[in-house]
Amino acid sequence: MSELFYDAAPNATRVAPERPKPRVYPDKPAEVTLFGTCVVDLFFPEAGLDAIRLLEREGIRVHFPQEQSCCGQPAWTSGYVNEARDVARAQLNLLDNGLPVVVPSGSCAGMFRQHYREVFAEEPDTLKRVDDLAERTFELTEFLLHVCKVDWQDLGQPTQIALHTSCSARREMNTHLHARELLGKLANVERLDHDHESECCGFGGTFSVRMPEVSGAMVLDKTRSLRESGAVEMVTADGGCLLNINGSLEKQKQTFRGRHLASFLWGRVSGEVKS
Amino acid sequence: MSQRIPVKELTDSFRGRAVGALADAQLRTNFRVAMDSLMKKRADAFPDEEEREGLRELGNHIKARALSRLPDLLEQLETRLTANGVKVHWAETTEEANRIVHSIIEAKQGSQVVKGKSMVSEEMEMNDYLAERNIECLESDMGEYIVQLDGEKPSHIIMPAIHKNRFQVSKLFHDKLGVDETEDVNELIQIGRRTLRQKFLEADVGVSGVNFAIAETGTLLLVENEGNGRMSTTAPPVHIAVTGIEKVVENLRDVVPLLSLLTRSALGQPITTYVNMISGPRKADELDGPEEVHLVLLDNGRSGAFADAQLRQTLNCIRCGACMNHCPVYARVGGHTYGEVYPGPIGKIITPHMVGLHKVPDHPSASSLCGACGEVCPVKIPIPEMLQRLRQENVKSPAEQPKVKDGGAKYSRKERAIWRFWASLNTSPVFYRLFLWGATRFGKLAPKNVGPWTENHSAPVPARRSLHDLAKAHLNQGDR
Repeated sequence: MSELFYDAAPNATRVAPERPKPRVYPDKPAEVTLFGTCVVDLFFPEAGLDAIRLLEREGIRVHFPQEQSCCGQPAWTSGYVNEARDVARAQLNLLDNGLPVVVPSGSCAGMFRQHYREVFAEEPDTLKRVDDLAERTFELTEFLLHVCKVDWQDLGQPTQIALHTSCSARREMNTHLHARELLGKLANVERLDHDHESECCGFGGTFSVRMPEVSGAMVLDKTRSLRESGAVEMVTADGGCLLNINGSLEKQKQTFRGRHLASFLWGRVSGEVKS
Repeated sequence: MSQRIPVKELTDSFRGRAVGALADAQLRTNFRVAMDSLMKKRADAFPDEEEREGLRELGNHIKARALSRLPDLLEQLETRLTANGVKVHWAETTEEANRIVHSIIEAKQGSQVVKGKSMVSEEMEMNDYLAERNIECLESDMGEYIVQLDGEKPSHIIMPAIHKNRFQVSKLFHDKLGVDETEDVNELIQIGRRTLRQKFLEADVGVSGVNFAIAETGTLLLVENEGNGRMSTTAPPVHIAVTGIEKVVENLRDVVPLLSLLTRSALGQPITTYVNMISGPRKADELDGPEEVHLVLLDNGRSGAFADAQLRQTLNCIRCGACMNHCPVYARVGGHTYGEVYPGPIGKIITPHMVGLHKVPDHPSASSLCGACGEVCPVKIPIPEMLQRLRQENVKSPAEQPKVKDGGAKYSRKERAIWRFWASLNTSPVFYRLFLWGATRFGKLAPKNVGPWTENHSAPVPARRSLHDLAKAHLNQGDR
């Protein structure tokens, strides 16, 4: 093996970046900033509020800067770099205060942690602040699990759910692992696997409107496998997927629905029953 | 699912072809079943995650090193091959490559060519070029033979006929070869073999592709499972290999990990049934092998990609097809939807350099950027990053000087203005909150049909109170 793994490109440019090392988590802080994300802001605000409640329950003071908007991802993935950079810079300036940033969306957290480096690639001074933000950014389930190290009592009735993880959350933030482990802490919740679980739901931001037929075929398959999993409902930590999946289910006149994980978790640990 | 809006004006586009493919239930089943099986085979071939990731990193480094020395290695390859008695030809365009191949065949007064599997020859549309000059060019790879028989193009770079199931192949053989229909896959293969066997002996020239061209030793390495590659390169008196300039690697040691990555990623095989290493024509004291061996090295836009440090990574590709096997878009629409020789994620990032973005303006957009391709790429091409970059080049104005061939294909002042507006909305807290205020109050009044989105979804209805609003009330602290 050692002979096989020789140092093949000692001086070559553009080799793939090193594999990320397992993240080292800080102790639980006294205060955090919640970055709500634009989709949660407008379509699932309750989920954002439930995220605040979950954090407060852990004794953390939550700040919600009213100047926040969007992380810039839609323009970035559409190829509009300047527009993405302007919006990203506004968030970067806003979050430049050293507090941990908790994001109830894996893809937006991934934007902070991975893609801001590409967005600001030509600004070395900004990159220092970008790296600092990346270091302080946590997706909600990751933060609850590894930083708060939550120990929950499940107050809900026995239920069976399916977990959907957005692709960027899965590949950039390991949200599928964090969410699974978090759900595993709830005694009365059984997580059921669904067919092609790791496959994209078809959202992909502007992809869903640029290629509606392909995107539609993908979400149709996703909703079918979710319904056929035997679960009562679907939970996800990503607003974009939720908008896509629930919108499709509604169009199909199905009763099955998805829910933001923050709302589901808050319902279980607070005992508040929510639809 | 509701009736979709007809996309008539789009038939000659990715979207238009996708609509057709999505409506073909048989096609979709064929692809889904095949891709699921290939994903499982790959997963089974890499049981040890640590070993897999180490090997991928090594593969990436080997290719990065080879590319960093590309001009030198190509020169070395030519020198070595020439010393071995192989004639090396350089072609900047596919037209030039075809002319070279034709002139070699003409010099031998050849009329029959038998071909092993080669995507570069597909890129050149060699069969058509030669047919127009009365030279019969027969595909000898079973999958290629099937698509050629049906007048089609490959739908996958490794399995050209993956879009057909055995029943469809049986019917095709019955119709074209006049044999009885049979559902027995083995019998189907035997029918193909019997037809091809004679052709190997009759052919004047054999054509093949190349998987790795090794600079240090002047070796052309070719993998295959059917033996047709070995037949095509040894039985006819002349062998012409065609390949892209990015296939060169430094030495034989580099080939070992690349070969392992290639066969395991492609079909989950530890190694292919045949690994051919061709170093030159028949020597004076040898009994078999071709009398002449030629190598045609094709550029066709590759040096354009090479010139850009980021896009250069597309040339890492070793053509395993794993990205398409794992692509949720490819699995649904199949290879023909892409309308070009190379389908799937890798096709989307290499085709623009070959044909220009004007010809494939929708390729970069035909992805949800889910990242499955980049995750499995054996040489770690950051495919989603490349797609994002191509989207940038695609929407640049002429003044911004796009860096990819025919860049700016999707440049639209209107769309740019929309994104400009979006940016001003998201950079001005006052403007943004005004927008939230309006959307939460009047969102319900929005039309129920909002373009493509409502083809697949109910109209999105904004919440009555935004998170900004709820959080402010909850935290009762205003701005921090």
